[in-house]
This record gives sequence, C-alpha cells and structure tokens, in this order.
Amino acid sequence: MAIKKFAVATYTDEAVLFPAVKKVRKSGYKLHDVYTPFAVHGLDVAAGHKTTDLHIAGFIYGICGTSTAVGFISWVYTADWPQNYGGKPHFALPAWIPITFELTVLFAAVGMVLTFCYLNQIMPGVKKHVFHPRQSDDTFVVAIELPESASEKEALDFLKSTGAGETNIQVAEASWWYGRFDKTEPYELAAAGK
Amino acid sequence: MTDRFEIPARLKTTSYACMGIGAVTLIAGIAVLLLGHSTDTDKIRFWNTLLHDSVFFTLITTVSVFVQAVANLAHGGWIVAYRRVPEAIGANLWIFGSIAVLVMFYIVFGFRVGADKHNPIYEWVTPGEDKILLGKSPFLNKGMFVMFTLAAVGLWAFFGQKFRSMSIAQETAPKNETRIFWKVFRLSGLFLLVYALTQMSTIPWLWIMSTQAHWFSTMFSWYSFASAFVSGWSLILLWVIYLKNKGNLIFVTKEHLHDLGKFMFAFSIFWTYLWFSQYMLIWYANIPDETTYFKLRQQGPYSIIFYSNLVINFAMPILVLMSTPSKRNYFTLTFMAMVIIFGHWLDFFQMFMPGPLGEHWHISWYEIGIFVGFVGILISSVARTLAKSSLIPSNNLLLKESMMHLS
Repeated sequence: MAIKKFAVATYTDEAVLFPAVKKVRKSGYKLHDVYTPFAVHGLDVAAGHKTTDLHIAGFIYGICGTSTAVGFISWVYTADWPQNYGGKPHFALPAWIPITFELTVLFAAVGMVLTFCYLNQIMPGVKKHVFHPRQSDDTFVVAIELPESASEKEALDFLKSTGAGETNIQVAEASWWYGRFDKTEPYELAAAGK
Repeated sequence: MTDRFEIPARLKTTSYACMGIGAVTLIAGIAVLLLGHSTDTDKIRFWNTLLHDSVFFTLITTVSVFVQAVANLAHGGWIVAYRRVPEAIGANLWIFGSIAVLVMFYIVFGFRVGADKHNPIYEWVTPGEDKILLGKSPFLNKGMFVMFTLAAVGLWAFFGQKFRSMSIAQETAPKNETRIFWKVFRLSGLFLLVYALTQMSTIPWLWIMSTQAHWFSTMFSWYSFASAFVSGWSLILLWVIYLKNKGNLIFVTKEHLHDLGKFMFAFSIFWTYLWFSQYMLIWYANIPDETTYFKLRQQGPYSIIFYSNLVINFAMPILVLMSTPSKRNYFTLTFMAMVIIFGHWLDFFQMFMPGPLGEHWHISWYEIGIFVGFVGILISSVARTLAKSSLIPSNNLLLKESMMHLS
C-alpha cells in the first residue's frame, strides 16, 4: 500500500511498444508495468519478467492434496470408523486412488488460481488503479515509477521520444485495494503536460 | 541444404556385436534344447522369449508410423526437424514384423508339448473339451489369427515404407507443391483406421492376451498400446539425441527435446492410468476368473517384476521428468528413455511369461541375449536407413514451422 507518482505513456503499435519498453529499461527508469488489451508474445521477456515459479507452487499444493486425501481417508477407515466393505482390507489403497487423484488436482488447481491472482494482484471485487481507460480496449500503456526527486518534464520528454501518443503524470495507489473506485481513489491527478 | 549421416565405425561395431550376442544366444538356446535333457519348460521358455521380444520390437517400431500419421493429420510441423528418425524406424518395421510372424506361426502351427500334444503358449489352438476355449473359438482360431496377423504386419510395414518413400519423393517435387502433402494426409487417416483396428484392439488380444486364453480384460489393448507407445517415443528420442550428438539434425533445438520429453512424461502417466484402471476394477470386483491374472503376478512368483514395473514406469518418470530443466537436459532424457524402454520390456515380460511358464520364469543369459540381439538388429537397420538420405527434409512444406518451434 503505497501512493506513488507515475509517468504514463500510451502506444498504438506493437512495433513501437517493444523498442520503447526496452529503452525504458535501459534508461534507468523503473518500469512499473505494461498494460495491453491482449497477450503480446515476447513482451514478458522484453519487460524483464523471469519465468514464473507458479508451477512449483502447484506441485506443493498437489502434494498437500495427496497427503490430505490419503491421511484423512486412511484415518477414517482404519482408526476412526473401520468397517468391512466386501471383505476388503481396512487399508484399501487401490480404492482410494481415484479420490486421492481428484483431491490432488483440486488442491493444485484452486491453489494455483489463487496464487496467480495474488501474484498479479487481481481478484473479483478488488480494485487496482487504471492508468488509462483504453488499456483494455485498443491501447498499450506503459507506466514508469518516478521517485520524488525525478524531474517530471524530463520523464515525459523521454517517453515522447520513444514514440508515445499521450503522456501524463499520475499520482496513484501502486498496489491493489478492496473498496470502491470513487471513494478510495481521490489521488488521481490528471496532470498532463505539467 | 543437406545433412548426411555417416554411420560411425563404433556404431557399426556395436550393432554387429549386439547381433552376434543375439545369434550366439539363439544357437546356444537351440543347442540346449537339442543336446541336453531339456524339459517342456525349457522349450516353452525358448519360444516364449522369442515371441516376447519379437512382438515387443514390432509394436514399438509401429509406434513410429503412428506418430508420423498423427503429425501428418494434425499438420504438426514441429516433427519435421527430426522426422527422418521415425521414418527410418517405421521403414524397418517389416524386419521385426517378419520375425514375429515366423515365431508366431511356428508356435501356432508347429509347437506342441506333452503326451496330449497341446499348445502351451496359445492354449486356444488345442482347446480339447475346454468349454471356455471352445466358446471363444469363433474369434480365437487359427484362421482369424493368421488373417489378422498377416493383415496387421503387412499394412503396418506397407505404411511404414510408404510414408518414408513419399517424404523422400517430396524432396524432388517442385517447390511448394502440395500434391504429395495431401496424399500423405489422406493415407494418414487411413493408417489411423488400420491402427485402431489392429494395435489398439485386435492384435494385443490375439498376440498377447491369448497366452492366457481363459482370462480377458477389456482394458488390455489400450494398456499394451500405451506401453508400446511410450517406449516407441523413447526410442525416437534416443535416436534424435544420438544424431544430435553426432552433429546432425541441426534444426532440432532444446525446444524439440523438451516436447519429446513431455510426451515421454505424459504417456508414462497415461500408461499408469490405464494400468490402474485395469487393476482396480479387477481388484474391486474380486471375481476369481479375473483375479487369476493378478494373483500370479502380484502375490505369486512375479511380484518382484510387478512392483518394479510400477516403480520404473510410473514413479521414476513422474519424479525425474516432472521439472522443466530435466526435460531439456540431454543426460536425464537419455537415461530416462533407456529406463522406460527397459521398464516396458519388463511390462511385456510380465504380460507374456506367467501364462505359459507359470512360476518357472527367468531373466538370465537367454532372455537378455535375445533382447540384445534385437537391439542390434534395430541399431544396424535404422542407422543404415538413416544414412541413405539427407536428414533434413529441406523441401517439406512445414520445415520453417519446425525451425521456429517453441515448446
């Protein structure tokens, strides 16, 4: 939870966006994020994102699901409430495999979705600052984080030089929050050209 | 653009040595049968081992033809960078197919033991008064066996040769000419039909399941297909890595290897799924007619093979091949491919042996020698075919897609 100052630029062409993102990273400005209306191949590499470790989390959730299933079922059928089902042994492992498998998949799937939401700070009902209303329509939006000491004019000129369309300075909440846009985000200062 | 494969002297020596070991083992096996005081068990072991190995190698080489057909039908471009490998394996399928046909026809028509002259491997050949076998005789009889066997091996071998020859013909066709492409496309559809009616259904019933003619399982064909499929992929992968190490297959990158590894991983799990589907239903229903199969294997003399089968073919692939780096590493891929081929050879071993041999099973000089002999034939024949043409299908319409492939 931190309110920060951003320099925001819009682009309409992938061929301009890629070199611009690379220039931003080279210039020493801190790239906050790039917003695109659709998945752009290779942009994650250009923006400097590492390969995700989400699947390792998935593996751990899966193991949790497996042990939950085997632990719970074996406790029920051998310790808590042992019964004779068709002469099978109380520890009837083959019969439990399907449920163990399902729980493994369920834990891994739900856990990975939630982790994905957390890592990307998205969730139904949870708000995040929108830098440009058309970032989900037809415009690529690049936001760079400005420290207090940085010159706003210099940053905007730099973004202009990379081929940006609109540029402006916004002071906004950097991470996600729970609540309403109108009540909780009075910070947005459309300070274009300032 | 060409990329020729010269057979290295070391590979030639290795393959001849392997074939030599196989030949010596076969002669020694015959000598034991003719000279010593051989029992019926020795005779059954001799023929059953030949049957096991020839069927195993026929089925895993057929997988190469299937892989090509699927890729052709799906317009799968990524296979093109290394498609000479499955082509070469598929084009040599006829060798293993003919050996298997010879062995099986001898067993069906000539092999009899005991005072009552019964057939110990394919019991349904001499059903006697057995009501169950007589009830199955409309399907399990010599005529059906001969027809299905000849049709299957003949068609597989034909398509194996045809896919390769058409791929070679594309090299001399005018650039961007699509006539052959669509012809192969149509033939691939036809092959899948043939394959579904043979290896995915009837052939495992006749060749493998009928070694225990009283028992049946509706899962069996899928299960043995999965076993053959994953070892067939491992075989392709081994050749790709070998050629890559020799400096050939210049368009094959780690991305291709990663996807080959994914197939190996995924189909190991698929095999386990089918194995378990067959096992659990029989275990749960607990009907004596069906449980005889697992009684002998799980609790009887085969339990060591039964459990090592699961460890090698399920636990090892899932633990080793799950992470991305291990699927992009030459060593782990080579190691796991060899482990999986051996594991599924064991799997076929425990499909074939318990029925005819009962508790008298061995994995000793004879079984290993014959296996090594077949490996020798495979290496020698596939290497020879690979050396015949350029390893890059440079006129293939999907070559560029294959070069840009990302896993």
